[in-house]
Amino acid sequence: MTLTLIIIQIIKVIAIFVGLLTAIAYTTLFERRMVAFIQGRVGPNRVGPAGLFQPIADAIKLLFKEEFIPDKANKVLFSIAPLLSFTTAAMAIAVIPVGDSITIGGYQIDLVISDLNVGILYIFALSSLAVYGIVLAGWSSNSKYSLLGGLRSSAQMISYEIGLGLSVVGVLMLSGTFSIAEIVRQQSGSILNWYFFKQPIAFFLFFVSAIAESNRIPFDLPEAESELVGGYNTEYAGMRFGLFYLAEYCNMITISALAASLFFGGWSGPFLPPIIWFLIKVVIFLFVFVWVRGTLPRFRYDQLMRFGWLAIIPLTLVNILITGLVMVLKG
Amino acid sequence: MNLLVFYILAILAAGSAIMVVTMKNIFHSALFLVLTFFSVAGIYVLLNAEFLAAVQVLIYVGAITILMIFAIMLTHQLFSRSLRQVNEQVIPASLITFIFFVLSVVALAKTAWPVSGGQLPEDRIFEIGKLLMSEYVIPFEVVSVVLLVALVGAIIIGRREKSGDTK
Repeated sequence: MTLTLIIIQIIKVIAIFVGLLTAIAYTTLFERRMVAFIQGRVGPNRVGPAGLFQPIADAIKLLFKEEFIPDKANKVLFSIAPLLSFTTAAMAIAVIPVGDSITIGGYQIDLVISDLNVGILYIFALSSLAVYGIVLAGWSSNSKYSLLGGLRSSAQMISYEIGLGLSVVGVLMLSGTFSIAEIVRQQSGSILNWYFFKQPIAFFLFFVSAIAESNRIPFDLPEAESELVGGYNTEYAGMRFGLFYLAEYCNMITISALAASLFFGGWSGPFLPPIIWFLIKVVIFLFVFVWVRGTLPRFRYDQLMRFGWLAIIPLTLVNILITGLVMVLKG
Repeated sequence: MNLLVFYILAILAAGSAIMVVTMKNIFHSALFLVLTFFSVAGIYVLLNAEFLAAVQVLIYVGAITILMIFAIMLTHQLFSRSLRQVNEQVIPASLITFIFFVLSVVALAKTAWPVSGGQLPEDRIFEIGKLLMSEYVIPFEVVSVVLLVALVGAIIIGRREKSGDTK
């Protein structure tokens, strides 16, 4: 009995983790092809049919590159930083449900690794840990560019974390739970149940903060290549560099999945199986990420900070206030 | 099983706390502080207080220590210099600490720790929220006022430095 449950749990962990890694690999290809399309280029299409084996080629290249550690770097922290970056990013997927519970052979299986009752807080706690990977990378490299990149990113991520956390409070107030599976369940049935229609401002604030939190264009100041060479990962090479790269794409996927679950009904939808609906919604958000990257220029650093503190955070507070007022008036 | 995990976490918390006060490099001290907070969060999880654990990581690890590290990184004299963690008052200080340690052990041994035999409530976060808004509303509000004072104070200090620059 318990052994079966443990085996089911292990299978779930492996399935979701392998799925996540595959998704990360193909998100890189998706992004490169999409950006190429936006810019009127061809993009990587030589390795395999339509370039489908490109991520495998990239992975092999990264694995066989020399793992170079700079002479003056702090060796231990230099090696820990990329691991920390990737583990915190990958762990967040554990609380995101990919589908409703299914029953196989008398066992009820939730299609989520762990449906924590503090799911959303868990994701925010992990995203606050992600700052350490970048800060440590910047500090331990013992290089000007890395340090500046690390400093910028810690300031940026702390600032936008507040906006990210406050923006979902509206949804939490309406749903009355921290469990993501429960929030998705409340949105099933009709498209009008989606929290996007009840909390549109919250969604936009959430998405903008999330792009900033994942250090993507137009908020990619920690790795602004024209100013900082490469930012916090300047001194990294080989698979250590690869892990930072994986972490960034992993964050994109987590944020897309979270946005789909919190605001767009997650796995719920008609006709198609729940997992397909979930994947469709995630891919749409990934496309928005790439679209934004292909379209917008980068912010200046002071603009970024002013935008975060003087636009995003006050607006989230106003949103919470209005949500509370409406809830009280409606009873 | 639970006991074993508890011992690992407790040793990790206490060990890294010792490292915090003995490390020569202040940056490493800050990193060991992270480990301490993290182990304490693990103990909260063992005690079925997931909410407290998540908030502990979010606030202590994710905000407070990051701010410390940020400050260390900005003040570059501190950055890679090795600091002495002790000065000439080390003997009186350790005496006082030892007395405090003995007193706390005595106090700990004499206290009867009440163990609630009741069932854990189903929705623990809901119960915490309800208690904060009813029974503990006055401490809760006082804490928020204290935080507000700190916030206003920080703004005033920040502003003063700015006007000093223009003179």
